[in-house]
Amino acid sequence: MMAGLTLKNVGKTYAGGVQAVAGVDLEVADGEFIVLVGPSGCGKSTLLRMVAGLEEISEGEVAIGGRVVNRLEPAARDIAMVFQNYALYPHMSVRQNMEWGLKNARLPAPEIARRVAEAARMLELGPYLDRKPRALSGGQRQRVAMGRAVVREPAAFLFDEPLSNLDARLRVTMRGEIRRLQRRLGTTALYVTHDQLEAMTLADRLVVLNGGRIEQVGRPLEVYHRPASTFVAGFIGAPAMNLLDAVVAEGRLVLAGVDLGPAARAEGPVTLGLRAEDLHLAGAGNGLCVALDYVEELGSGRIAHGFIEGQPIAVALAPGAPLGAEIHVRPARAGLHLFDPITGARLPDLPEVAAALRAGALA
Amino acid sequence: MQRIKFFDHLILMLGAAVLVLPVLVAFMSSTHAAAEIHARGLFLTPGAEGVATYTKVLTQKGGFTGEVTGARMAMNSLILGLGFALGKIALSMMAAYGLVYFRFRFATPIFWMIFTTLLLPLEVRIMPSYQVMSTLGALNSYWGLIVPLLASATGTFYFRQFFKSVPDELLEAARIDGAGPWRFFLGVLVPLSRPMMAAIFIIMFVYGWNQYLWPMLMTTDERFFTLLRGIKSILQVWIGAQIPDYNEAFALAVLAMLPPLGVVLAFQRLFIKGLTESDK
Repeated sequence: MMAGLTLKNVGKTYAGGVQAVAGVDLEVADGEFIVLVGPSGCGKSTLLRMVAGLEEISEGEVAIGGRVVNRLEPAARDIAMVFQNYALYPHMSVRQNMEWGLKNARLPAPEIARRVAEAARMLELGPYLDRKPRALSGGQRQRVAMGRAVVREPAAFLFDEPLSNLDARLRVTMRGEIRRLQRRLGTTALYVTHDQLEAMTLADRLVVLNGGRIEQVGRPLEVYHRPASTFVAGFIGAPAMNLLDAVVAEGRLVLAGVDLGPAARAEGPVTLGLRAEDLHLAGAGNGLCVALDYVEELGSGRIAHGFIEGQPIAVALAPGAPLGAEIHVRPARAGLHLFDPITGARLPDLPEVAAALRAGALA
Repeated sequence: MQRIKFFDHLILMLGAAVLVLPVLVAFMSSTHAAAEIHARGLFLTPGAEGVATYTKVLTQKGGFTGEVTGARMAMNSLILGLGFALGKIALSMMAAYGLVYFRFRFATPIFWMIFTTLLLPLEVRIMPSYQVMSTLGALNSYWGLIVPLLASATGTFYFRQFFKSVPDELLEAARIDGAGPWRFFLGVLVPLSRPMMAAIFIIMFVYGWNQYLWPMLMTTDERFFTLLRGIKSILQVWIGAQIPDYNEAFALAVLAMLPPLGVVLAFQRLFIKGLTESDK
């Protein structure tokens, strides 16, 4: 079944005039995995719940598989949802949990049995079918919740922070399972998370939301390498992109008195974005001087946190000898991102950056 | 630690003894003859009349009309207790469901109105209630005994609090699973409420079983007499030189304790769970 998802100018205004979501336009292709990501309160869950039919749509139009569903009950929208706390029916066995929705839809018994067996096999739930949810571990409950979604054979899966209740290790495992399952079934998926790493690793395309509006839509690497605003730059990536106050003077980009090369831009202040891994050590007296604050050892590398003339900065370094009180770094030319200091919007790329982006794997 | 445990047990045993002693006295005394009790007071030792007394109270026809047995009265009490408990659970669950899950105007004021009726015991409204039931021609009937007392603020309150603690996601999952209001209620909420229902059932069954004033008012026909009235009427026969049948009164009292005891024993695990656990 071909089932894309279309959101047209979707908005949500709560009683009392609070606007949670505004003017969201999104076109999701069939089988695509879309992750809605943003800090808490950005409206990502509200948006998902509007698609699910659990929240009324105040403005705009939501279409699933080409059919406008604004006025349909959740059950009639051909979707399945996985909740953060799983929302399994505690008094029903795993099997009954999966069957219930199908029974309510009056599917013939052999069909129900076939679907449950198939889902149990796929999710390795066979041994637990007759257990109650309380007798299962967190990861197993998570799988049951997915099983309950899978048996519906929906046009779209909706995930509302499904991994937040799991411990870090299980989260990585389940992340992989969700991705594999979705690929295998080829079902369109809309996934909400506040975890940018989860968003990066799962998504075909990311939707970064801020204050109820879309900041940027794009493939994960595209968003990572070419953030559309200082908000996205600061949200995606760990450590977040360094954002520093710099100036363009006489056609040169200047940060903390150091000339970083030509910049054919309007003269005046700019916000300079620098990824931690685009900064490289330079000899003493050469490049930007960073007064070190502390160093995070990650084993495979280390992140040095410090200040350039009072502005905080993080530098990713290879493991090695202990560092002194100061280090000197020089940014890669292709890693200079310029943003408007007032609106936060991305300014046209420097020629070297544009070239690198064209040549890079992300193109 | 051992010492503390010893004293804990001592205190518990003393408490239990204090509570059990009157019951024991009642039971032991019921196995003696009435004259013996009248002459020598209460007993703590078993007598020889036990089987005869219990057989008599359960089967002998008594009362004015001479057609009421102890068994009949026990059945009446049972009907009252069960009717009360089941009716109250059904009614208060539905009321709480409406209050918690449906958005309608004045839901909160309505809830507080129901809640304030907790402050009005039956005795306060007994005359108007009697008047209404009398006009409806419901005197001397089971439904007249049961229906006017069915509305339960306590039950509604407990179920409301319980429903409020059920996570919203369960309702949302049920909506996605295509369950309407009835199916969600019967398929999810009712099974989840089982411990709560057991707790309310015990409380309400004992309450109904022990009703005295209301049945006395509502029924004049001896066929509807309950056990508690039976005990009372045995003791009322002290006319002239006749001795009340103390042993029979004690026997009835002991019998009257058995069904509530059975209910508590049967439901105690669920009862404790219902009042303490919130595993959802």
